[in-house]
Amino acid sequence: MECTLRPYLPIAVYGALVLGTGFSLTLASSIFGPRVRRLEKESTYECGSLPLGSSRERFSVKFYLVAILFVLFDIETVFLVPWAVVYRSMGLFGLLEMLAFMGILLLGFVYAWKRGGFDWE
Amino acid sequence: MTWSPILLDVIRAVLIFAAVMTLVPFLVLAERRISAWIQNRVGPNRVGPMGTLQPLADVIKLVFKEEIVPARADRVLYSLGPLLSFAPAAIAFAAIPVGRGLQVVDMSVGVLFVITATSLAVYGISFGGWASNNKFSLLGGLRSSAQIISYEIAMGLALISVIMTTGSVSLSQISEGQTSFLCWNIFRQPIAFVIFFTAAFAENNRLPFDLPECESELVGGYHTEYSGMKFGMYFLAEYVAMIVMSAMVVTLFLGAWSPGFALPEGLLGTVISVGVFSFKLFAVLFFYIWVRWTLPRFRYDQLMHLGWKSLVPLAMANIVVTGIVVTIWDAVQ
Amino acid sequence: MSFSDSIFWVFATTAVVPAFLILFTRSIVRMAFLLLGSLAGFAGLYLQLNAAFLGFTQVMVYIGGILILFLFGVMLTQRSDIPVREKVGPALAVPGFFAGLLLMAALLFIALQNPWKTHPPVPVTEPDTPVIGIKLLSTYILPFEAVSILLLAAMVGATYIARVQAPGAPDGQAELSDSNAEGRLE
Repeated sequence: MECTLRPYLPIAVYGALVLGTGFSLTLASSIFGPRVRRLEKESTYECGSLPLGSSRERFSVKFYLVAILFVLFDIETVFLVPWAVVYRSMGLFGLLEMLAFMGILLLGFVYAWKRGGFDWE
Repeated sequence: MTWSPILLDVIRAVLIFAAVMTLVPFLVLAERRISAWIQNRVGPNRVGPMGTLQPLADVIKLVFKEEIVPARADRVLYSLGPLLSFAPAAIAFAAIPVGRGLQVVDMSVGVLFVITATSLAVYGISFGGWASNNKFSLLGGLRSSAQIISYEIAMGLALISVIMTTGSVSLSQISEGQTSFLCWNIFRQPIAFVIFFTAAFAENNRLPFDLPECESELVGGYHTEYSGMKFGMYFLAEYVAMIVMSAMVVTLFLGAWSPGFALPEGLLGTVISVGVFSFKLFAVLFFYIWVRWTLPRFRYDQLMHLGWKSLVPLAMANIVVTGIVVTIWDAVQ
Repeated sequence: MSFSDSIFWVFATTAVVPAFLILFTRSIVRMAFLLLGSLAGFAGLYLQLNAAFLGFTQVMVYIGGILILFLFGVMLTQRSDIPVREKVGPALAVPGFFAGLLLMAALLFIALQNPWKTHPPVPVTEPDTPVIGIKLLSTYILPFEAVSILLLAAMVGATYIARVQAPGAPDGQAELSDSNAEGRLE
């Protein structure tokens, strides 16, 4: 079979098993469990008292900053992977190249640190 | 094209999946028994011999529980949340070699595959937490997502230095590079090992990093509103993810399926390698449980500081040091 | 249609159908979920093109990173007491409709006119990751370094825009001082 995806066949089988199990488990309780609808039961859980305010609360912008920094470092990691694989065949040149790349990133990291990007209260 | 290699692939996939799914209930039981032992309690010992049927009883109970979908919840995403948590964690195991030449699929980018798949667990947690329409769930999901992505950086950077020493991102090649005892990556990359293992705890939301389900602040965290088997699936996903992470620790650092010396050729060697891998896996899992019942929980700011201010710089420094050492080593050789 | 063609159509459908459904979805979080499917379809296409590294990078960066960013952004801004859908009067709807139509016509025109260069799949004899690594460190060394500067700029910008500083300190004052100590005073 001239298909570039042939090596992935076992994982397709495996994935089908996982998804099949997952879906049947998701449905299990709604099929076998009882279903008695009560207003109190379906109301938002807040330790027994009446729910206060909106449940879509606003939260700190810090989380967003963490997500941005994550994306940036994620991209960095992805760039470093192919470099790391061939590193040993590159010799000194590879080392210098990486030092430059990491050095520039370190600047950003230090800046974010100094500005309190990693501080939590 | 013949059918037999395809059939062999299918059988292997089914067997490995079955093994993982069988391991989960025993792991749950082990966790409860070991915790009881650590805390000088008795633990579940009534159902079946030594309580071995307890997990089965739990599953049956969960399946026959009523499922309560909170009013005003986003029903579609609410139902998909547990699945999104479980599926990526389970699929990640496909790339891990459980014995010599024995894995579902030998990918050239195995390391990336596992890291990518485990990182997708974030979605089950954040969609589930959001869809429940409960502020505790939302906050729990959010905290958990931020925690997971923060520690993923440290984990990824720790992996870079491992890849530098092994020169490969294929898990089977990394395993084969550790056949002799001194070549185990724990000796070649001890700092990366510590960072990776710490981050693995955080990725799995295990104590000491189990803030998403910090009972005193967030009730149950992202799964507060879940009941029945959907709750069970979050539980299942957590344990599957734990198995995957432990298997990664074994494969990357603890010599994978190698006992430290050369194995005999043929079937006997393969069987021994599976046994060795399982033994190491159980040892790491035991360590996981041991830590959980020994350490207290971190505070959220401490958690973020540890991730960003300690582990990330440490991992970056480790890459630079590895780079210099490897260059000098190769020049001397 | 060969087997590998049908696989292509599976991935292509996975990529396009959720993208289409996004247009008809009201909940922004559901849109993010649909985007997940769409991006996964693209990753599948990369795998089919023998670019395993690129495929997993796509999942790691876009699904694992950018989408989380979207999700946080949506959760950060969305509130139940503000309606997501605003009433749009004909004064906006009519020009909007024609502008959309024009854009679609232009895109269709380009897609149909362009002589797409297709060539048979390149047979792969080795894993693609080392090949990419060598290329990055030789032919594409300048872009590789430029990326690090781009990332630096993004990091500085993000930190600046998020205005993270010790609580209670006036704007811009706490930037380079020890924000930790100032926070403790609160």
